Amino acid sequence: MADPLVYINGSGIVSPQPAFQTENFPFEPVSYETNRLKVIDPGYKEFIPAEMIRRMGRIIKMGVASAKLCLRDAGFQLEDGSYRSPEAIVTGTGLGCLEDTEKFLSSMITNKEEFLTPTSFIQSTHNTVAGQIALLLKCHGYNFTFVHRAFSFESALLDAMTRIKTGTCTEVLTGGSDEITNHSFTIMQRMGFWKRKTIQSLELYQDHQRGTIAGEGSSFFLLTNEKNDLSRAVLSGVTTFLHPESSSEVVHRGHRFLNNLTCQPNNIQLIITGVNGNPQDDSVYHEFLDKGFSGTPMAGFKHLCGEYPTASAFALWIATGILSTQVVPPWLMVRGTQPEKIDNILIYNHFKNQEHAFILIRKV
Amino acid sequence: MPERVFITGIGIVCAIGNNVGEVLNSLMAERSGIGAITLFPTLHQGTLPMAEVKMSNQELASDLGFSTPKAYTRTALLGMKAAREAIRSSGITDMKAFRTGLIGATTVGGMDRSENFYASFLTDPSKGKLADVVNHDCASGTEQIAAYLNIPDFITTISTACSSSVNAIMFGSDLIRTGQLDRVIVGGHDAVTRFTLNGFNTLMILDRSGCHPFDENRAGLTLGEGAAYLVLESEETVAAARKKVLAEVTGYGNANDAYHQTASSPDGKGAFLAMTKALSMSGLAPSEISYINVHGTGTQNNDLSEGLAIERIFGENVPPFSSTKAFTGHTLGAAGAIEAIISVLSLLHEVIFPNLNFSIPMKELKIRPVSRLMTRIKLQHVLSNSFGFGGNNSSVILSRLENTDIQ
Repeated sequence: MADPLVYINGSGIVSPQPAFQTENFPFEPVSYETNRLKVIDPGYKEFIPAEMIRRMGRIIKMGVASAKLCLRDAGFQLEDGSYRSPEAIVTGTGLGCLEDTEKFLSSMITNKEEFLTPTSFIQSTHNTVAGQIALLLKCHGYNFTFVHRAFSFESALLDAMTRIKTGTCTEVLTGGSDEITNHSFTIMQRMGFWKRKTIQSLELYQDHQRGTIAGEGSSFFLLTNEKNDLSRAVLSGVTTFLHPESSSEVVHRGHRFLNNLTCQPNNIQLIITGVNGNPQDDSVYHEFLDKGFSGTPMAGFKHLCGEYPTASAFALWIATGILSTQVVPPWLMVRGTQPEKIDNILIYNHFKNQEHAFILIRKV
Repeated sequence: MPERVFITGIGIVCAIGNNVGEVLNSLMAERSGIGAITLFPTLHQGTLPMAEVKMSNQELASDLGFSTPKAYTRTALLGMKAAREAIRSSGITDMKAFRTGLIGATTVGGMDRSENFYASFLTDPSKGKLADVVNHDCASGTEQIAAYLNIPDFITTISTACSSSVNAIMFGSDLIRTGQLDRVIVGGHDAVTRFTLNGFNTLMILDRSGCHPFDENRAGLTLGEGAAYLVLESEETVAAARKKVLAEVTGYGNANDAYHQTASSPDGKGAFLAMTKALSMSGLAPSEISYINVHGTGTQNNDLSEGLAIERIFGENVPPFSSTKAFTGHTLGAAGAIEAIISVLSLLHEVIFPNLNFSIPMKELKIRPVSRLMTRIKLQHVLSNSFGFGGNNSSVILSRLENTDIQ
């Protein structure tokens, strides 16, 4: 018995860009003169009860809003405005609820362990986003949260696909969320993550200083085994690996990944990579194309959303938009020319040459 | 899915022992690991008890063959120690012989070091040693375990509060059942930190006299720390190596209470659903469960809602049950794996470990936990529960099998 196909029937995005669902693709990208991109408020009041908004950390608001945007995009909103619950919720986050964690930690240190209140501690838990979505949707199903750096979203995808392929669930809401705070930005600046001189974000790939630009966001997808009018793309597979020894190993793994999914390198019309403007990181992607996909055009996405552990979820959204509209906007291209007819997109992201991941997504 | 999942190795470090043998001895001797706080200075020293691992970071590092603990958080050191024991006990020598993965779990990752960093950082953002914060994230400990033990093929980390490491067992089992991995080392690790101690203290759910699970006068939980890892293998790799199997993972389920971010629903809906799913997957009737290792934190809320859910499923025939948290403390991200290993020990040694500190049954429940060690009791199927914040409820069923079952 062949595995069922996994369809992406909707997506919801909260990001630094003014686009929130699959139907908003392609959009007019916004450039920022900063090394720290922040998400655009999608109008949280529409998605979260007013009395809850005030207490929620930003990542929770982003997560809940993008999850509901996704359900709306996938046709899960009912006539009375409420949402039909999916069967399962699987999320990924690299650093979790940083704002609440810092808030509790700071007041604990500053007040010498006295006069503390529980709200920020409660919300600091890494599965708060998945838990709050379940609470608001009254979703009693499977609820998992993966927290493995640049594998967080990929692990969530793998789990969601495993649910569908094993038939334990037919529809899974899955996503990735991360927020950046003043403290985390400063700490990562000290670690040398960010460019020193401020740049225009849309010119990220023309800048050759060391480092990249910080970002954040939340992207959710409704995965299902059921093909319908709203099916935007087919999610074929995902794989992750640590510390490859050479670019040849990456190419070998990339070819093997495609081969296992009965796809050949020359069937890939576009590769979306995690190029981030840091020469050391970007050379890994260019070598991968040079050695294994020399004629294939490459698009980037981190000039739109910045670098963060679950940024690849934003890339999956871009890929979904491209496959469903068959439009590759020129402002996505990093290398080669825009392909016209797109059947298969390979997403390749790595973090500091440590965590590497491939996602294959195909036309319905 | 015909693939079966077997446990071939276990490793543990917690307040009642630094390895499986020591833990078993403490359990048999009914010796709790709860005591005074010694690991870090805190306002709560002398008033709140804790279940600490009885090894310093330096002792853990030396045990693992490092000259200093500097590059590691306590969380990671505990994880490496337990995972190493699990792999040794499974007899795995060649990590690359089969597709082998690692699934870790934690709630606060490297918070034990981040606390030190923040104390300096808050006074001046250019201060604080980056080495104290670089391993803050939840994945760091898992990656250090993978590097230490050369686990090659797959890695991830789960964080779903106090059910984290049962969820690691579930996800690992699914990867084997679907043929995505042949072997997977699954479990969790969490060190005690001032962050969690103060966090739970603000919720007013820490028992000043040590936890009393399922007792009418229970007054909260007691925090603990530790790590536990299990080696899960497919039928094929077990058969190939003619391995001794400790137990089989026969069922599991995760469900969400969807009631409140921290509190359990009064009727224990999530707990009921998780246990029901696990039973349904295993194909067992409730009457076939021989023992339940309950989540039993000792909070008013958990024990009542878990107890009611158990009564709803098992009716008049609730099997013997106990919470072992009065031995180990509540080890958060490690709890599910620690209790799975305690359940394996129950199956192997034909004993039910007692629910310490129990004296008065809860007035809302008809049931009462096993409060004395029960020996020579043949157990076939053990159910273990772990519930967490975010309404995250998980149950796993571990079953005993004769060696002749697998050839």
